[in-house]
Amino acid sequence: MGNVIGIGAAPKRKEDQRFLTGRGNYVSDIKRPGATAGVFVRSPHAHAFLRSIDKSAALAAPGVIAVLTGDDVRADGLGSLPCGWGISDAKGVPMKEPPFPMLAQGKVRFVGDMVAFVIAETPEQANTAAELLNVDYDVLPSVVGVLEAVRPDAPQLFDDVPNNICCDWELGDKAAVESAFRKAAHVAKLSLVNNRLIGNPMEPRAAIAEYEPGTDRFTLWTTSQFPHVVRFLMGALVLNIPQHKLRVVAPDVGGGFGVKQFHYGEEAVITWAARRVMRPIKWVASRSEGYVSDRHGRDHVTEAELALDETGKFLAFRVNTLANMGGYLSTFGPNIPTNLYGPLLGGVYTTPAIYCNVKVVFTNTVPVDAYRGAGRPEATFVLERIVDVAAAEMGIDRVEIRRRNMIPKEAYPYQTPVLVQYDSGDPMGCLDGALAAADVKSFGIRKAASASKGKFRGLGYSTYVEACGLAPSRFAGRLGARGGLYESATVRVHPTGQVTVMIGTHNHGQGHETTFAQIVSDKLGVAFDNVDIVFGDTDRVQFGMGTYGSRSLVVGGAALSKATDKVIAKGKKIASHLLEAAEVDIQFEAGKFSVAGTDRMKTFEQIAGAAYVPHNYPLEVLEPGLEEQAYYDPVNFTYPGGCHIAEVEVDPETGTVTLVNYTAVDDVGTVINPMIVEGQLHGGIVQGVGQALFENAVYDESSGQLLSGSLMDYCMPRADHMPMMKVATHSTLCTHTPMGVKGCGEVGTIGSPAAVINAVVDALSHLGVTHVDMPATPNRIWRLLQNASLPVAAE
Amino acid sequence: MQISFTLNGRPTTVEVEPATLVAELLREQLNLTGTHIGCDTSQCGACVVHLNGLPVKSCTLLAPALDGATLLTIEGLQGAPGSNQMHPMQEAFREHHGLQCGFCTPGMLMTAIALAAEKPDLTEADVRHGLEGNICRCTGYQNIVVSVMAGAAAMTAAKGE
Repeated sequence: MGNVIGIGAAPKRKEDQRFLTGRGNYVSDIKRPGATAGVFVRSPHAHAFLRSIDKSAALAAPGVIAVLTGDDVRADGLGSLPCGWGISDAKGVPMKEPPFPMLAQGKVRFVGDMVAFVIAETPEQANTAAELLNVDYDVLPSVVGVLEAVRPDAPQLFDDVPNNICCDWELGDKAAVESAFRKAAHVAKLSLVNNRLIGNPMEPRAAIAEYEPGTDRFTLWTTSQFPHVVRFLMGALVLNIPQHKLRVVAPDVGGGFGVKQFHYGEEAVITWAARRVMRPIKWVASRSEGYVSDRHGRDHVTEAELALDETGKFLAFRVNTLANMGGYLSTFGPNIPTNLYGPLLGGVYTTPAIYCNVKVVFTNTVPVDAYRGAGRPEATFVLERIVDVAAAEMGIDRVEIRRRNMIPKEAYPYQTPVLVQYDSGDPMGCLDGALAAADVKSFGIRKAASASKGKFRGLGYSTYVEACGLAPSRFAGRLGARGGLYESATVRVHPTGQVTVMIGTHNHGQGHETTFAQIVSDKLGVAFDNVDIVFGDTDRVQFGMGTYGSRSLVVGGAALSKATDKVIAKGKKIASHLLEAAEVDIQFEAGKFSVAGTDRMKTFEQIAGAAYVPHNYPLEVLEPGLEEQAYYDPVNFTYPGGCHIAEVEVDPETGTVTLVNYTAVDDVGTVINPMIVEGQLHGGIVQGVGQALFENAVYDESSGQLLSGSLMDYCMPRADHMPMMKVATHSTLCTHTPMGVKGCGEVGTIGSPAAVINAVVDALSHLGVTHVDMPATPNRIWRLLQNASLPVAAE
Repeated sequence: MQISFTLNGRPTTVEVEPATLVAELLREQLNLTGTHIGCDTSQCGACVVHLNGLPVKSCTLLAPALDGATLLTIEGLQGAPGSNQMHPMQEAFREHHGLQCGFCTPGMLMTAIALAAEKPDLTEADVRHGLEGNICRCTGYQNIVVSVMAGAAAMTAAKGE
C-alpha cells in the first residue's frame, strides 16, 4: 500500500523501473501489423529551384508502394506548417510569414529541406528507391550567416521578403537610452556571437502513422513534447482532419530539450500518406538526418553597449542583434530571439533604461527555434559578458559591480523597463551562497598552483534571472502568441481511493510521474504508490499544451493542485452528508474528512467509495463520482535565477580549457523533489557548458553544407569533460503560483555559458584578452594566444 | 543464413540476412527493444551489449559474428523471469537518479557493468574515462558517475557474499 510521500521528499522515481530494464516504450520500439517503411528524400542543396521530380525509377524499384512530392501536397490542397507566433515591428507591421510547405514546392531553402517521401515494404527498399528518385535542381547562390544575409546583394530566399528580414523588432525606450548614454561616465562595448547549437536528444525523432478506414480515424505516434498541440496544428491547420478523428500519441520520449516541441513536416506527411497507402507507415530518423532537420538553436550576432556612471552603476543598456531563423518559420521560431530575449536584458540589475533591436533573418539553414533556455541564455550571455567587460575597463571588481547594481530582495516585486515584472527573488543571497560554496576566497591559492604547472586559471560569474512557466495567456497574446498557454489536469479518484491523473504536460526525462504523484499524495493524503500519472495521448488526456519553457510544474502542477482542491471540495460535500454535519464544519487533513471538534470522520477511501456506490448519497444536490478537472492560466511568468561560478584551467600549450570546478546556487522556488531538481540542474548546466566549450553547428559559407553533421563533427559533452558540480538552491517563493514553484528545467543552461566564458576570459585577461566567442575550443584559444603576441608561459 | 548463439542465457537460432546489424536483429527480429539506436557513427553507446562478456556497440556488429557466441542484453540483466529483482547496477542507477529520459540508460548500464567487472575499485576518473563512448544528454553525467561507483561497490560486495 505504501506511504504518503509529499512535497519536499525525494522518493525514487516511478518511471525508472521500465527504463532500467529496457522496457521503455519509445516510438521506434512500436510495431504495427502490416507496417510499411517511410524515408524522406532531402535536398542536398542549400538553395535551388526544384525544376522537376521524376518518380518513375523509384516507383519501379522492388517493394515501393508510393512516392509523394510537393505536387501531391498541392494537389490535395493541404496547408502550410503554421507558426504559432506572429510578431510585429515597432510600427505594428506584422512579420513576413512565407509559407512552409511540408514537402518543398518550387524551391528548396536548406540542406535537408524535404522534397519527397518514399514508402516501401522495408526500410532498405525505401532507402534504395529514395536514391533512384531523379530530382532536377537548378542550384542558386545561398547564404547561411545573418551578417551576409542582410546585405543588399545577398541571395534572396523569398521574393516578398526584402533583405531576408522577417521582422525588424524592437523593445524599450530608445530615446531614454540615448539620453542616458549621453550622460554616461563610461560606455562598455561588446560584439559577440551566440553560437548555433543542435539539441541532440539521444532518441532521434520518429513517427508512425496509421489510418483506420472502419472508423475514419488517424493515429500518429510521434516523438513530441506536445501531442495535443500537434493534433491541433496538424489536424486543424495542415491536413484538415477533424480533431475527434485524430489521435496523437507521444509515448516515452528520449529527451526533448525543445527539439521535439515543434510541429514538424514529417508528422504531417506521414499522417497524410498513411491514408493514401492505407497501411501503417513508420519513419525513424537517423542521427545524421536529425542534424539537417531537427530545429537548431541560438545563432545570434550581437552588438551591445552598457552605459555606466562613475561609480559603476548601470544607466542604460543597448543591444542590437541579428537572429538567424533559418529557411522557414518554425512553430515558435520568431518568438525566441524577441519575446524570450529582449525582456530578459534587465537581468538581476536595476538598469533603468534598456533598448533592444532584433532583426530576425532568413538564411539557407535549418529553421531555428527553441532549444533549452530559448532566448534567455542568449540574453544572459550578452548581459553577463558586458558586465565583466565594464568591470575590467573601470577597474571595479566583478562581484562588486554586480552587487552595486543588483535588485535588493526588498525591492521585489520589481518592474523592469522591458515589460516583465519579477515577483520575487534574492540575487544577492544566491551570490553570497555561491561565493561561499565555490570557496572563492581560496581561489588565489588555486590559481598559483595552476601557474606552477604552467596553466592559467580563471574564475567566472554569472548572476542571472530568467522568465519561464510559459505562459500567462493574455500577456503572451499581446506579445504575438496565437493561442493561450494554460495547462489542464484531471484527477480521477477510483472507487477504492487510488488516483489516476491525466495531465497535458509531457514527461520525457523530467520525472513528472514522480513529482506530480508527490503533489497528489501530499494534498489528498493518499499513498504515493496509489497515484499514477497519464500523459502523452490525446485519447486519454483532455487537452494540454505540453512541456517546454520550464512550464510543467509551474503551469501543469498548478492545474493539478487546483484539481485536487476541487476533489477535496466535493469530498467535503459528500462527507457532510454522510456525517450529517454542516459542510462548513467538515475539515480535510491527512486523508481524513472529519467534523471539526469531534472524532467523527470518514477516510478518503470511504468518501471515494460513497461517490461511486451512491446508496447513501445526496443525489438530489450532488452528482456521483469523484473526478475533477482544472485548467490553470498563470498570471505572470515565473522568474527563477541564481548565481553560477565556473573555474577553468587553460593549458597555453594546447589551448585546451578544462572546467575544474562548477558551483551553482539557484532560486527555483518551492522544491517538490530535491533529487529531481538537482538532476535538472546538473543536466542543464552541462548543456550550457557544451555551448561554451564544445558545441557548434557550422555551415560552409559557400555551399551551405552543414559541416558539423554528425556526432563525429559536433562535439557533445562527455563524462570526462566535467568535474563534480556543486549545486544548491536558495529559494524565494513565487508569489503567484499555487505552490510557490518557479521551474527548474532551463536555469542550468541559461546561467552557465556566461560563467564559463567569463572564467576563460579571466584566465587569459593578463594577456590582454577581453572576450572569447563560444565555443572556446582548443583551436580558438590556441590561435588567440598566438595572436596575443605576449609571453605565453605562466610566470 | 542461420546463426546459433546464447542470448540472455537461452540457446537461440535465427535466420538472418548477412548484412543485418546486431542492433537491428535484436530490435526488429527478436523484439528486444531495450537496446537502443541513437546515432549512425558508433558514437553514442545507446546500443551497447555484452558479446562473450565484453561490451560492444551492437550497431556496428554484423549478426553473423554472433554465431557460437554468448550475448547479453539489457533484458537479460534481471533475475529469474517473472521476478522484479534488478541487477545491483540497475538498483544503483535508480538509487542515485542516474537516468532521466532513459534512452541512453541500457547502454550506460551495460558499459558500467563491464567497467565494474573489469576493475572492482573504480575511481571517479576511471568511470568518467570509461564512459567516454556513451553519451547522455539529460543528466550531465554526475549522477551516472555516482551510480556507477555505487553499483560497482555493490557488485563487489555481492561477489564477496
